[in-house]
Amino acid sequence: MKKEVTGAQALMLSLIEEGVDTIFGYPGGAIIPVYDALYDFRDKVNHILARHEQGATHAAQGYARVSGKVGVSLVTSGPAATNAITGIADALLDSTPLVVIAGQVGTSLLGTDAFQEIDVVGITQPITKWSYQIRHAKDITWAVARAFYIARNGRPGPVMLDFTKSAQNEMVEFDYKPCTFIRSYLPYPEIRENQIDKAAQLINEAKKPYALVGQGVILANAEKELIDFLEKADIPAASTLLGLSAMPSDFRLNKGFLGMHGNVAPNMKTNECDVLIAIGMRFDDRVTGDLNTYAKQAKIIHMDIDQSEIGKNVPVDAPILGSVKESLPALTAKINSAKHTDWIDSFGEYDKQEYDAVIRNEVYRTEGELTMGEVVNKITEATKNKAVVVTDVGQNQMIAARYFKYTETRSVVTSGGLGTMGFGIPAALGAKVGAPDRTVCLFAGDGGFQMTMQELGTIMQENLGVKIILLDNRFLGMVRQWQELFFDERYSFTHMKNPDFVAIAKSYNIDSRLVTKREELDDAIADMLKDDKPYVLVVEVEQKGMVYPMVPAGSCVTNIIM
Amino acid sequence: METKLYTITVFSENTVGVLNQITIIFTRRGLNIETLSVSPSALPGIHKFTITLFTTPDMVEKVVNQIDKRVDILKAYYNTDEDLVFQELALYKLATEKVLELGSVEYFIRKYNIRVLEISNDCTVFLKAGHYAETQSLFEELSEKVGVLQFIRSGRIAITRSKVERLSDMLEEMQKIQEKQNGNRKV
Ligand SMILES: Cc1ncc(C[n+]2csc(CCOP(=O)(O)OP(=O)(O)O)c2C)c(N)n1
Repeated sequence: MKKEVTGAQALMLSLIEEGVDTIFGYPGGAIIPVYDALYDFRDKVNHILARHEQGATHAAQGYARVSGKVGVSLVTSGPAATNAITGIADALLDSTPLVVIAGQVGTSLLGTDAFQEIDVVGITQPITKWSYQIRHAKDITWAVARAFYIARNGRPGPVMLDFTKSAQNEMVEFDYKPCTFIRSYLPYPEIRENQIDKAAQLINEAKKPYALVGQGVILANAEKELIDFLEKADIPAASTLLGLSAMPSDFRLNKGFLGMHGNVAPNMKTNECDVLIAIGMRFDDRVTGDLNTYAKQAKIIHMDIDQSEIGKNVPVDAPILGSVKESLPALTAKINSAKHTDWIDSFGEYDKQEYDAVIRNEVYRTEGELTMGEVVNKITEATKNKAVVVTDVGQNQMIAARYFKYTETRSVVTSGGLGTMGFGIPAALGAKVGAPDRTVCLFAGDGGFQMTMQELGTIMQENLGVKIILLDNRFLGMVRQWQELFFDERYSFTHMKNPDFVAIAKSYNIDSRLVTKREELDDAIADMLKDDKPYVLVVEVEQKGMVYPMVPAGSCVTNIIM
Repeated sequence: METKLYTITVFSENTVGVLNQITIIFTRRGLNIETLSVSPSALPGIHKFTITLFTTPDMVEKVVNQIDKRVDILKAYYNTDEDLVFQELALYKLATEKVLELGSVEYFIRKYNIRVLEISNDCTVFLKAGHYAETQSLFEELSEKVGVLQFIRSGRIAITRSKVERLSDMLEEMQKIQEKQNGNRKV
């Protein structure tokens, strides 16, 4: 006879069947039975108590992004579920596999405005891949199996399970069957030979082929397939923000970072190439700028697993639907070996312009105030380009994306699609849990740091060796930059009077140091990296630094301010 | 760009909240649904939605892709009127004494091919099946000649001219692909 267990126990057993060993969560009334069941599974499941449910979801995201596993977050009903929303929305836009389980009032109270009842399914349907309310214990195994299947397969994304308290308490026979098939959902569309042939022909005829690499490559574990493809036909490539680290920074064909604050050559070349090959990226407006002037001269090949992305923003000449894990090798087999030396070398002219106009002054300054760029550069060097970089949002994020370097994949954790300030600290601690053997460096601004700095408590409690570099410019820097450029320097509410961040870190028993001068920087970085303990390095950088180059929002990608 | 009337057909699992999943896609893009009708399809457990809206070819394509992407949706596609045989139903409630004053209803029955569903002291109810323009013109003529107490028109229902509904074939195909893929992955 099968074992009878409570619904709460059935959930725990189901999570273990799915290989879950880490949960980021926060308890409360409507989820207490699950927490009670969890108590008996402490040897199998590492539960990390966040300080806010937003933090729990971002931490699960950070964990998922570096490990490739599904991040799991467990919260109670009502305000806890609404607190989790930001992380869920962030995971949807950045295709992060996440299962969020929230408590819900008992079924007899549904729809009555009971204490801490909200319509979780209704609220989360627009921001999840799937959202389901578990009303009876007999549905638990089915729902959990399906949730993990949906979150991790195809284009990954967040799934919400709204778990009624009555179902948590009901008794049920536990019998787990993993989900292997959903008749209404085909996660991996079959690769179509004719699509491959058409794209191969375009590439074989191209004189100036150019590839744009997105996170799809990382999500499909297709980094090697990408390199093989690019090398065979000698195709230069650039990354979107989320595609960073899919190729090592020093890879010969890696030409850098695309988009609003990307490198000059990658943006300019978009409008010079003759065939543009988009690989697991979605032509976000921060990459394309004005669509009416975007790559009009080029034939466009778009490889994506999500049919709804193809043609959504940019008209496509040759779509290739399917996972790039399969479509890249199929395409590589059909393309001719080629050399495009002159075309590739032509990127160099723009690189030089960018170096002279921006990089020298941002990264290699020898006098005046400290810049964000030199801090990022020193830290990437000190970690031998092997660290995971996590960012918050704003100037700190763009500078980190521009100047951090990578040798390994899954080395960038940043909120790209939603641009969530406050993502940094919790995502970084989640990343450290997901990649305990790697150095995890977070770059945050003084604004974003203060949105979730209570998570220092989580870092303290779990003793997570996250290296936090707070780039303090006493401004909401990125907004200030827009005000300086486009709003007549009217700095409307972007100045911040800040607390003593070192004292805050120390109050959490986290080592911390303030750097205000260039001469102190190397020593402080060495101090930060000397062991695997948490650290907050506060660096006072110039107040009115700018992130250049910049393609103004909605402008042509070649209209670059430097 | 020129807008025109599109008919979107959606097959979904019969689960709670599917309609919301579909409508939020229209809401996000600021699109107005013209008509909507939902009912169980020929296949048990599968519901069929017929949605019409005025929009551009580019937009309808994107919306359908976004609907189709939802996990609980089996299939979504769109057609224009040329591809479809379609129908709407309309009911007209009239005051019986006004109808009697007309002397005869033969005219309406012949001209509009209506059915009379009810005649009582209180009211008379006509039913007409047809395209929007037809049900509308009856409404206008009745309003003028008799006065219409209540009027209701259903959403459009439609079937494609070209082929039979191959949803069951499609489902079988999906299953085959996924079984094959699962087999491959186990290796
Ligand atoms: C939750 C949230 N609120 C507001 C914004 C808008 N925003 C984008 S960047 C930015 C400034 C960030 O300032 P800070 O954290 O100090 O970083 P800096 O740009 O100075 O590096 C703001 C307010 C946002 N992205 N997210």
